[in-house]
Order: sequence, then C-alpha cells, then structure tokens
Amino acid sequence: MIAELGLAALWLAAALAAMQLIGGATAQHNEESDLALLVRPVAILQGLLALFAFAMLMWLFAVTDLSVKLVAENSHSLKPLIFKLSGAWGNHEGSMLLWVTVMSCAGALIAAIEHRLPEKTMRATLAAQGFVALGFYAFLLFSSNPFERLPQPVPEGLGLNPLLQDIGLAFHPPTLYFGYVGLSVAFSFAVGAMITRQVTPEFARVMRPWVLGAWVFLTLGITAGSYWAYYELGWGGWWFWDPVENASLMPWLAATALLHSASVLAARDALRAWTIMLGVVAFSMSMVGTFLVRSGILTSVHAFAVDPERGSFILALLAIYIGGALLLFALRASSVAEGQRFALTSREGALVFNNVMLSATLGIVLLGTLYPLVTEAFDVRVSVGPPYFNPVGAIFVLPMLMVMAVGPLLRWRWDRFERVRLPIAILVALVVTTAVVIALTSDIGVLPLLGLSLAGVLAIASFLPLRGRKLWRTPIATWGMVIAHFGIAVALFGMASESAFTSERLAAVNPGDTEHVAGWDVTLQGIEPVAGPNWTALEATLVAQRGSGDVVTLHPQSRNFWAPPQQTTESALLTRWDGQLYAVIGGQAQDGRWQLRLWWKPFVTLIWYGGLLIALGGVLAIIGRLASDLKRRHIRAQAQQRRADRAGRAVGEAA
Amino acid sequence: MSGLKAKHQRLVLIVIALVVLISAGLLAAWSLRNQASYFYLPDQLLENPPETGQPVRLGGMVAAGSLQTLPDGVTISFAVTDQKEARVPVRYSGILPDLFVEGSGVVAEGSLSADGTFIATNLLAKHDENYVPRELQEMSEHQAAKMAEETTVGLK
Repeated sequence: MIAELGLAALWLAAALAAMQLIGGATAQHNEESDLALLVRPVAILQGLLALFAFAMLMWLFAVTDLSVKLVAENSHSLKPLIFKLSGAWGNHEGSMLLWVTVMSCAGALIAAIEHRLPEKTMRATLAAQGFVALGFYAFLLFSSNPFERLPQPVPEGLGLNPLLQDIGLAFHPPTLYFGYVGLSVAFSFAVGAMITRQVTPEFARVMRPWVLGAWVFLTLGITAGSYWAYYELGWGGWWFWDPVENASLMPWLAATALLHSASVLAARDALRAWTIMLGVVAFSMSMVGTFLVRSGILTSVHAFAVDPERGSFILALLAIYIGGALLLFALRASSVAEGQRFALTSREGALVFNNVMLSATLGIVLLGTLYPLVTEAFDVRVSVGPPYFNPVGAIFVLPMLMVMAVGPLLRWRWDRFERVRLPIAILVALVVTTAVVIALTSDIGVLPLLGLSLAGVLAIASFLPLRGRKLWRTPIATWGMVIAHFGIAVALFGMASESAFTSERLAAVNPGDTEHVAGWDVTLQGIEPVAGPNWTALEATLVAQRGSGDVVTLHPQSRNFWAPPQQTTESALLTRWDGQLYAVIGGQAQDGRWQLRLWWKPFVTLIWYGGLLIALGGVLAIIGRLASDLKRRHIRAQAQQRRADRAGRAVGEAA
Repeated sequence: MSGLKAKHQRLVLIVIALVVLISAGLLAAWSLRNQASYFYLPDQLLENPPETGQPVRLGGMVAAGSLQTLPDGVTISFAVTDQKEARVPVRYSGILPDLFVEGSGVVAEGSLSADGTFIATNLLAKHDENYVPRELQEMSEHQAAKMAEETTVGLK
C-alpha cells in the first residue's frame, strides 16, 4: 500500500510538472490566463508530492518491506536503522528519486518566496524547472521505478554493499545532489531570463544564493567524498581522478566560475551573456556527472550497475536540455545588450581571468574524463590518471591562484596598477623566497614546491582585502570571500605537503615487532578476531609512539561482511596537529607474518579543513547577501509606507 | 581597453576566452596522447611490449598456482594470463586488494621492467558484486566466457 501511494504521488507530481511547463509557456503570450496564474501553486504542490513520494520510500526502507524489489535488493533486516534509511538513496532508483525530490522542492521554494523578478520571467523560470523535472520523472517512471513490487516477497534482503555502509554515505550523495539541483535552479533562472530578455543585475542577485548554495553543497560533498575515499578504501590517497570524482569536480569548477561572474553582473551589470552561458554550462556539468555515474559507462568504483538503457535515457535528457538551452542561447545572445565596460586592470578584469582559467581547467578535466570513451570507439583502451591531470591542470590553476591573491584588492571598473604594485611586489618576493628556500632545503617535485610556496602567500593575501577596513563593519559577504580564499590556501598547503613529505612503510611483521615511519615507532601487539552487527573482523592492536610522547593504540581491521559477502580493509587513523598516521593491516603470509602498511602524512588534514573553510565562506556569503536583500526590502517597504502615509495625509488635508 | 567601444570590448573578451580555451583543448589533446596509460591484454603485452617504464595497465586472470609471497613478506609475484598461452609475470608490493585470489580477474597498473616482469603499483580487483573492471567485462564477451563466469559471480 505504501509503495502504491508513493508511486501514485510520483505520477501526480509528473502531471503537475507538465502543467507547470504548459502554464509557464502560455504565460509568455497571455499573462492573465488561468493556466499562467496557476504556475506558482502547481510548482508548490508538485514539490510537496515529490517529498511525499520520497518519504514513502524512506518508510519502506525503515520497515524493510521485502515485497518491494528495491528494498529486497538493497536492504537487510539486520542492518542498523541509520543504514536502512541511507540505503534508500544508496542505489540507483532511490538516488534518482532523491534528485527529483530535491529539485521539485527547490522549485516549490522559489515559487513560494521569490517575488523580485518580473512575473513573466518567474513563470518562464518555473516552466523551465518543470521541463527539467518532467524529464527526470519520465526517467524514474519508465526505466527506474523505485516502487516496483516483486511477484513474491523474498524472505531476506540482499544487503547493502559494505563499502557503502558508512556514515559518510548517509550524507555524501545527498550533499552532492543538493549541489547539482541548486545548479538546475540557476539553469532555470538563466533560461527564464533568456526567454524574457531580462538579463539584469536583479536576475543575478536572485540567482546568486542558489549558485552559492549549490557551490557550498558541492564543496562539502567533494570534501566529504575525498575523506571517505581516503579512510575507507585504505589506499592512503585522497583524490584518484576517478571519473566519479571528476563528475563532482566539474560542476564545482563551473559553479565557482558562475558565482564569480554572477557577482560581476549583480554589482556592475557586466558579463551578461557570459553569466548566462556559465549557468547553462554548470547545469550541463551536473547532467554529465549524473550521466557518468548512473550509466556506468566509465570504469569507476562508484558506478552502481551497468545499464545501457538508463545511460541512453540520461544522455537523451542531456541532449534535449543542453542542446535546447544552447540553441536558445544562440538565438538570444545577440539580443542580450552589452553590459558596462571595464578596464583590463580592474576587479572585473581579474574575475574574467579567473573565469577563463576555471573554464580551461574544466575543459582539461572534461577531456581527460571523456578521452577513454573516445578511444574506446576506436577499440583502444586507455585510462587517464594523475600524470595527465596534475601537470596539465596546474598550468591553468596556478596562474589563477596568483590572480586570486591580487584580484580582490583591485577596484571595480578601472584601477591604476601603481596602487596595487607594492602588495604585488611583496607577494611575488615572498613566493620566490619560499620557493628557493624549500628547493634548497628539501628535494621535492615541482608541483608540490609551487603549491607550498603559493599556499603561504595566498593565505596572507586572502586577508589583504580587510586592510584599512573596520573589521566589525566589514560586510559579512566580504568576510565570506576572505575565508573562502583562505580555505583555498589551507587546502592547497595540505595537498602540497601530503604529496611532498609523505613517508611510507610496508612490512611483514610478527606480533611484538616494531616498525618505524617518520619518527613514529609502531609495534604490532597482536591480532584478535572481533565481531560487529553484520561483520566479523581480524583486528590488529598497534601501539604507536613518537619520540618520548604519549603511547597511543590503533586498531586497523580487515573486515568480512556476510550480507553480501565481502572483505574490506578498515584503516586506523591517528591525528596530530601536524599530520596523520595511517595504518592498514593486510593478510597473513604463509610464514605467519602479517602485512602492515603505515603512512605518515604531514598536514594532510588541512586538505579537508580547507574544504570546510571554503564552504563556510560560501555560507557567510549567502547570509550576507540574504541579509542585505532583506534590508533592502525593508527600506523599500518603509519608503512605500511613508509615501502612502503622505498621500493619505494629503488626501485628509484636502478633505 | 576602456577607450574601446562596447562592441569591441565584447569582441576582445570573446577572442581572449576562445584563444585560452582552444589552447587548453590542444594542450589536453597533446598530453592525453602522451600521458594516457594504455590497456593491454597479456598476449598484446608480449607481442607488442610498451617501452620500459611507461605506465600501462595489464588486465587478465591471476594464473592458478602462480601466486607467491616473496621472503620480505610484502611483495607478491604472480602471473597474469589470458587463459591461453600468454603469461606475464607480475610483481607487486603492498596490501592485496580485497577479493584478490588465484583465478580471479585483475587489472594491474604499472610498467614493464627491463627483465620482462610487470611491476605493478596498484592492483584493481573486483570491488563488489556490482563492479567488475570494465576491461575484464569486455574481455569476457569476445574472449573467455568461462573466465567471466568465474570472476563475475553474482553479477546479473
């Protein structure tokens, strides 16, 4: 019954999405038609219905209804409740339902509260939102129905992939989806603005919180995903240039470019067409990401199931939306009037540089990710990894970071280079000095060297925009920018330090043996079997000590899950302020020794702290923007009130 | 640039963006040709070996009875076969991936050393019941159906 309710809600929501599309389209010709007036309420109702359908799916998973195919295939009655619930979106169908739910709720939200844009633009935006949602409803209902029943209920479920039975999974995919969907809202706004030719600073202001929000979620999702891969896979790496990782990085790059160009449009009414273009590109990257992950077309540890039909469905959706949007762009771009001009040395100039470099980086990642697909067509199999992505990406990222240090110091529109010459000279001198000092004192690669020397300077430069300001009167959004830029510096330092100074030790040890890595003495005390709710494991007891410091115990495991049967390695981490000790226990050799792998990774945690800082910066920017929007609305309301009072008094006096 | 007319500024921006993006594309194409690591089956690797030290991927089956742990306890050697004659000796130092056993499919990342041994830096085995290295999947179609059956137990 629950499953049928969910399915009915889904069909109804799909019908409402179609209505939203038609209503929004007719509104372009007749603004007062009945259908046009219904667009907003329909969007809200559609969001509620999708939410209801998703709640029904959660319910099915919570009670482990084994007559539903999806539950039977992905859940197990013995799983802890939190993993039962997160199992609802830890699979293809459920995750697509989550996607469409979040999207409809976002549509409902803008329908309910957004009144700054002309009504015609809003209806066009909601029509675009309905159109996108309709495609995903069709996808769900025709090729991945999450509520499908089994002819016969099964006695027990198959369980969830143990690699995914992790608290990280409960939050990682939803976070990324919030990001993808936020970009779909930006896309709808861009389409709405294009259709009604309203590419204005107001449009950028309305779109910006959505872009910022999407960007914050993507940042968090990427950070969490990276940390998950780091401790769960037990390979000691934090980024593998895996297609699915790239699938989340590409929308992030596009969203980063978009939020900067939207800022230019909002503040200075420049970069109109470029912002629209980026809005389309950013959502395309979300779709490409979904396509890569869901179709299983590329080799990836994340690809759930290979299903060509679903792959082609998403590809078709991608072609319709992106092709349509690009066509619209081609038709309307010439009618988008040129915005305000600006000099090369100006904040706009720096932001354009940042945008172009981000787009180039995006192109590099996209080509590298798709290249294996292209060669496969010629029957040549290749894989593309760090030897390609790291150096080629750095060619564009490093200059961008240098400009990032200086850009916020420049004035809008036009600035004299002489004004910022001193800070630039100091920063350059600092970069060069650090680089030379590091190069002379240690033997590390070019990229880590550049990364380390840039990171320190960036960290200082990110606070320069606060110079000469009263700190408590600085707008919150400016604080957001400062903190996000500082976060980039922190993460960059972590990445460079990890790749330059990691030490590794791999050995076969008997209980009682001691191994040494980067000043740590690690002793294997023993190995005991332990058991969890749905696994058994061999757990090593390691005693680690650095110099004469505290003695700490670590417990890496080699786990065996039984539903479904699978072995995983659980790494053990020991965090200190200056890095992490990472221990993995392997199998037992014939002679009885155990394989032990140890890493000391200096400052590796800064990578993820940096990511969190970047996200925090984004949150502050949203708060700052929303606060000033509210203030502006309040002032406008007050002015209106005063005018009404005055008019009232005038009427009174006349009478 | 402030002296330019609005139309010209837009043109200049477009040209700059295009130049950067096209050069990024060319750079990507050029380095992809050099940096992409090619996938080899055992017989291809023997017939037409890549240069020593060039990163490539080798995919096949872990030959039955070939898995050995060397005296240091952390290095293993095994042979990758295509279940016909071709056998490539592989050496790997590190913790074996979960589900790595004789007779299972494997993709080894690494390079060929001068003595003809493949030095693996990373081994990719089957991760879970839904995931098989794609190269192995394809191989099963036009090469050894039996191998696929063994390596893809539980796959639909």
